[in-house]
Parts: sequence; C-alpha cells; structure tokens
Amino acid sequence: MSGVEGYIYPNEVTLYWSVLIVLYPFITGLVAGAFILASLERVFRVEAVKPTYRLALLTALAFLLVAPLPLVLHLGHPFRSPEMYFTPHDTSAMAMFGYVYLWYLMAVLVFEIWLDYRREIVLLSQTSKGLLRLIYKVMTLGSSNISERALHIDDKVGWIVTLVGIPSAFLLHGYVGFIFGSIKANPWWSSPLMPVVFIFSAMVSGIAAVMLLYMATTKLRGQKIDMCCVDAIAMYMFYIFIIDFSLEMLDLVHRVYEADESFRSLNFMVHTKLYFSQIVVQICLGTIVPLVLLFLTQVAKLEEMARKRIYILSGSLALIGVLAMRWNVVIGGQLFSKSFLGYTTYKMELVTREGLLVAVGLTILPLLFLWALVKLLPPWPDKSLHEAATGD
Amino acid sequence: MSGLKDAGHLFRFAGLFVLAFLVFLVVRSYVVPKSFGEYGHYRGAAIGEIASRPVKFAGHQTCETCHTDIADTKTKGAHAHVNCEACHGALAAHADDPMTVTPVKPDTAVLCARCHTTSAAKPVGFPQVDPADHSGGVPCETCHNPHSPVIGSDSSASAGSNSSAGSSSNAKAAKVGAK
Amino acid sequence: MKISRRHLMILLPAAAVAWKHVLAGTPEDSPNYQMSEHWWGMLIDIPKCIGCGNCVRACQTENDVPDGFFRTWVERYHRTDWHLENPEVISPDGGKEGFPVVQAGEEGKFFFVPKMCNHCADSPCTQVCPVGATFVTPDGVVLIDQKYCLGCAYCVQACPYGCRYIHPTKKVADKCTLCYHRITKGLTTACCEACPTGARQLADLKNPNDPIHEFLKTHTVQVLKPQMATGAKAFYNGLDGSVR
Repeated sequence: MSGVEGYIYPNEVTLYWSVLIVLYPFITGLVAGAFILASLERVFRVEAVKPTYRLALLTALAFLLVAPLPLVLHLGHPFRSPEMYFTPHDTSAMAMFGYVYLWYLMAVLVFEIWLDYRREIVLLSQTSKGLLRLIYKVMTLGSSNISERALHIDDKVGWIVTLVGIPSAFLLHGYVGFIFGSIKANPWWSSPLMPVVFIFSAMVSGIAAVMLLYMATTKLRGQKIDMCCVDAIAMYMFYIFIIDFSLEMLDLVHRVYEADESFRSLNFMVHTKLYFSQIVVQICLGTIVPLVLLFLTQVAKLEEMARKRIYILSGSLALIGVLAMRWNVVIGGQLFSKSFLGYTTYKMELVTREGLLVAVGLTILPLLFLWALVKLLPPWPDKSLHEAATGD
Repeated sequence: MSGLKDAGHLFRFAGLFVLAFLVFLVVRSYVVPKSFGEYGHYRGAAIGEIASRPVKFAGHQTCETCHTDIADTKTKGAHAHVNCEACHGALAAHADDPMTVTPVKPDTAVLCARCHTTSAAKPVGFPQVDPADHSGGVPCETCHNPHSPVIGSDSSASAGSNSSAGSSSNAKAAKVGAK
Repeated sequence: MKISRRHLMILLPAAAVAWKHVLAGTPEDSPNYQMSEHWWGMLIDIPKCIGCGNCVRACQTENDVPDGFFRTWVERYHRTDWHLENPEVISPDGGKEGFPVVQAGEEGKFFFVPKMCNHCADSPCTQVCPVGATFVTPDGVVLIDQKYCLGCAYCVQACPYGCRYIHPTKKVADKCTLCYHRITKGLTTACCEACPTGARQLADLKNPNDPIHEFLKTHTVQVLKPQMATGAKAFYNGLDGSVR
C-alpha cells in the first residue's frame, strides 16, 4: 500500500478530515481573535486600539460568513446539514456548531455591527441611490430614529453585546478545540488543554490579522498609520502569544515526561512526517521568531520604520504558525495509526471538492467579503456623511 | 416612556429573531422524520430498514433441510462444525430457487489449501500439510471426502463421483503440526 | 448429489416455507423477534483462529463491502519475547486471502486476531454523532442510519478500534452491523457462518441458554483497549497482551 509504513488498521489508510477541516478552526480562530481585539476597546477601554475597532468587527464578520463553507463542502451529504439544526444530538460537540454559529453571527456580531453603524446606515439610506439605497433601507429595519437618546441606547446595548460576545467568541472557537480534545480514541487530540490552546492561538491569529489588515488598508488609502494603535496591538499580541506558547510547551513537556503508550509513536511522527510543518514552520518560524522579534520591540527603543517592518513580519509569521498548528493537529492526528504501530500519508488532492484549490479559494474569499463590507459600511470616518448629518 | 420609543429599532431586531424562530419551528415539524425519537435520538424506522436487507448466505440449517445425507456424513466427521457455505460460498439464491440456481462445485486443489497449508503461525494441533509434498498438486478429494475428511472415517458415502474409496498409500499423517 | 425425485417432492415445499419465513424482512412479518429480549455480542476464540480469511470474504459478500475497506479484518501478530509492546503485525488486504506462510523455526509467538466493530454498550462513536445517524439499538447493536448520515466522519475519528470508514460511493459512514438483517431472523452472522473452526461465535447475552454464559464462567476473556471503557461486547478468549 502506498504511503503506509508499519501496521495501521485497514480502514485508516484514507484520511477523512482534509485540508478543509484544517481551514475551519483557522477561520473561526480569526473571527474570535478579531472580536477580542474589538472588545479591548469597547469593554476594556483601551483607547489606543480604537482605530481598528470597526475594521476588526467587519473582519470578524467577513471570516464568519465563510466559516461554514469548508465544513459543508467536506460533508458526504452537504444538503443534509440542516439536520444539525433540526435534530442536534446533545452529546455531540459538533452538534453545537449550528446554534453557536447562529448565536454568534446574529445575536453578537451582526447585532453589534448594526448598533455601531446604525447612524451611518440611516444616513446612507437617505443619501444613496438605486440598489444600494434599497439595501440600506432594509438594513434600517424601517426605523430612522437616530436621535441622541436612541444612539445612547445603542451604545449601552452595544456594550452589553460586546460583553456577552467575549465568552461567546470563546465558545465559538473553544468548542472546536473541544471537538478534538474530547476524543479519547485519539491521544494526539485528547487533552483538556486543547480548547484553551485553540483559543489563545486564535487570539494571536485574529489580532495579527487585524493588525496587518489595518496597516494594509491604511496604506492603500494613502493615510498615515497610527503607530500608537499598532504598538498597542503588537503589545497585546506579544503577551497573548507568550501565554499560547507556554500552553503548547506545557502540553509538550507533559507528553514527553509521562511517555504513555502513544508517546513512542507520536514522537516518531513529529520527528519524521510532521518535522517540517511542526518543528520548522509552527515552532521555529511561526512562534519563536515572531516572539523574539516582538520581544525586541518591547524592550528596545526602535524607530518607526523598524517597528513597522517587525510587526508586519511577525504578524505574518504568526498567522502562518497558527495555520501550521491547525494542520499539525488535524492532519497529524490522522497520520498515525491507533494501533501505535504505523503511519499513513495525507494525499492532498488539487482540484476536487476537498482539494488545495478550494482551500486557497476559501482563504481568499473572506478578503473579498471584507472588501465588499468595507465598501458597504466604511470603517473610517467619511467626511461627506458628517456634512449630510449636520448640514441637512 | 420616551425610552421605549427610542428603543423601537431594538424591538424590530428582536422581532426578526422571533419570526425566524417561528418559521424554524414550522419547518422543523415538516422536515423531521416521524419515527425520530421512537427508541432514542435516531430515526426509529432505520432499524426495520436495516433488518430488511437481503440475505446472501442461507445458513447451514437451510442447507440441511434438503441435503440430509451430506449433513449426516458431516456430523460424524472432522468437518462437523464447518458450515456448508464456508466452502461452498453464499447460496441463499440457490436455497431460494434450487432448480434454477445451481452452485459451482469448489475446486479442492485450491479450496482446501487455504486452511490446511502448513504455517508456523497456525495453532499447533490444527491439521496442516505442505500441499506440494503431501499430494503433489493432486486435488484433495482424490483421497479425502471433503464432508468427512479423515481417511477411513467414512468409507461408505462419497462426496463426488471422482472420490476413490478406501485409504491410499499416500497417507502422510493428516496432522502435521509446527515444530 | 444423490437426492431422489421423491425426496425432492417432499423436501422442497417444506424448505420453501421455511425459507420464506427466513426471507421475511419487515418487522411485521417477523413477529417473533422482540428487541427487548436480546443483548447481542460476539465471542472470538483466539486459539482457534487459523487466519483463513473466510470471515472477511463472507462479510464482503453478505454486505457488499467495497474493496479496500473492511467491516471485519484479521490481523496476524508476531510477538517476540522482548517486545510485548511492539509486536510485528500484518493484515494483507485485511486477511481476505489468508496470510503468507511462516516457516517453522521462527522465534516468538504467532497468532491471529479477528477484529470487528465491538458494538460497545458505552459507544464513543454514537456519543459524537451530531445528528443521531448512528445509535445503539435496544438489543445492543450499533447501527448507522445511512439515509440520515451526513458523512462528517466524526464517528470514524471517535472509534478507538478503527472499525468505521466512509463508504467511497455512498459517502456515509459504514461498519459492521453484526449482520442485523440476519440475527433478527434467527440466523447467525455471515462471518460466524463462514468460520470453519468456530473461532467466531455470535452471543446473545440475554438468552439464558446461550453457550457464552458457560464460556465466560470457564475461560479468561478480555476486550480490546479496556482502558477506553467503551463497554465493548466483542469478548476475546486468550487475547495476548501485545494485541493493539
């Protein structure tokens, strides 16, 4: 049998969870992380990151809209997926997906964005033309009340939504960690640390993504990057990264020390099949290098250009590192046999429904959605709107 | 209270949720299969569907209903607990329509070797031979009655037209165990 | 075969009636089968298994198992004295065509282990199914409702024994059904029917006359991966400690 080494159970030759299942936790992680960044300003009153507040929310929404796609595309029977809404099995973490997703999408993200943008939506529904005007009108839900009192209520309710949104974001991504962490049959996954590691690495990836998007969009608009903002974001990213790294090291040290029946098999796998993706990409390039770089910015007084370059480099490496972590968890967990006596190989397809091209497409699609959302709901103060509001 | 008037848009948003929930409940009552939940969190009708799948192996009790003489021979011999279809393959189709569906007689030169070829991995005490040494490629039924294979155990009944009665001089021990 | 025409005239109608009852598939036609009266398991007697692969072939025939996937398979172990935790195991095409010959004189112990779904009483696979497409029946058999299954493969990941797979064309989960369509009609499973040595025997733990009760009293039995606490109901006699 090609790609098989040692002895594996005969049904284990094929990997059933493909690169799409690697993408899903990566995408929901970006959602959760972006939302946490937004909540830093809204709930914890970190004024410095305010310039990224709306962008972070729109980023979260763009990625959340794409999130179900890799799951549905991977199913044997995608059109049966409504069964998860109609007959969810209460002992299955996966069954939570439908409801947690809906809750987070509608009761947290869409609600918060709507509350924050309502003033602009009402104004735009009055000033725009054609199809756009209709879209904005629908988004107002028929209410054009943007009096000071109404906006004040929006602000208060929005604060509560963000507050509720933080544990909701943890739930949205934490349950994914639990999907893996609760499988006693698979020692690479089974761990109470799994949801926690997922959440913290998600925060790193989400914060890195918003930081990079902020820097890129500001540049594209020909504006000056607010360094106070970016410095603050990088600082939070650094500290959360440290926590994430510590958790992953704790898992590693624990495994090596206890050396249970799975250890020899997993250890061999990490040193051979997962060497490049885990040691080189995830740990060295994706964690240690960005940590060292960020540490430099925290202890040394570097000038703006240097800091910008370091942030861009470490943010990008962090994103790659977190994607590699998802790969190592999902694919790595299926490469070794549950007999602990052998390994198989992941033969990633190219053009099929679960192939690489679809995966790449699904990574790009959220950026297209974000572009559309930014056009529809500009995160940046628009001068013409101000004139429309005050001048009319 | 003026507060409520200024919160009207919030009630509209909440209203969307309520509406969606009601639509969901209606759709659900149509879509969820009626037998779901009958015995547990699954479609109860599935049990009956699975139980109705077609049977391919008839089972030795069915074979013995007609083939009583073979059954008699077998119960007295070493193959007493080897069921008919273990060698003859799945024959429910034949049991269903005995006159039209006629089974192919297995080739003993190939069939018997599967179980009885000597291998040190097999349990000691299980009758094993090296087919080349033992019979030089001659079909096993030349000397052994497949339905009562120990030579001399049943010399009266014969399995097929080409089985010879009595023991042959080729009788290497039937039990060749591992060292 | 020497059956006289007279013989046939008597035997055929009787056989036909008996067979029709056997073929009766719907629960309404088999009023004799009550789920609450049965609790199914399997007894696998390792010292009796000769690795002939009959069971694997019979299962494939009976259940249309696709090539390359296995509802049951046989493993051959070679355990040397120093390596209890690290035996050499092979299962060429699941043991379907038997195993290569081992020459006499090899050190260590060889033996065969048939594997299948353990129809766990506390099954981790039914626990994780998001929609209720796989379940434990009231008579203790773990089944898959292939009309409801999404093909998400979560159950495949959750099974510690590797007995599940996604059917390559139906795109739903598939596995051993303990030949439910046979045992509810008073037949035994295809693998047990085909086993020439009695290494595999269907067991009904709720039937007081089932030989398993006596067997469990007089033999030392194990289940696979007992540390998983799955309530496995495939009982192995003489299971070596090296079996994974």
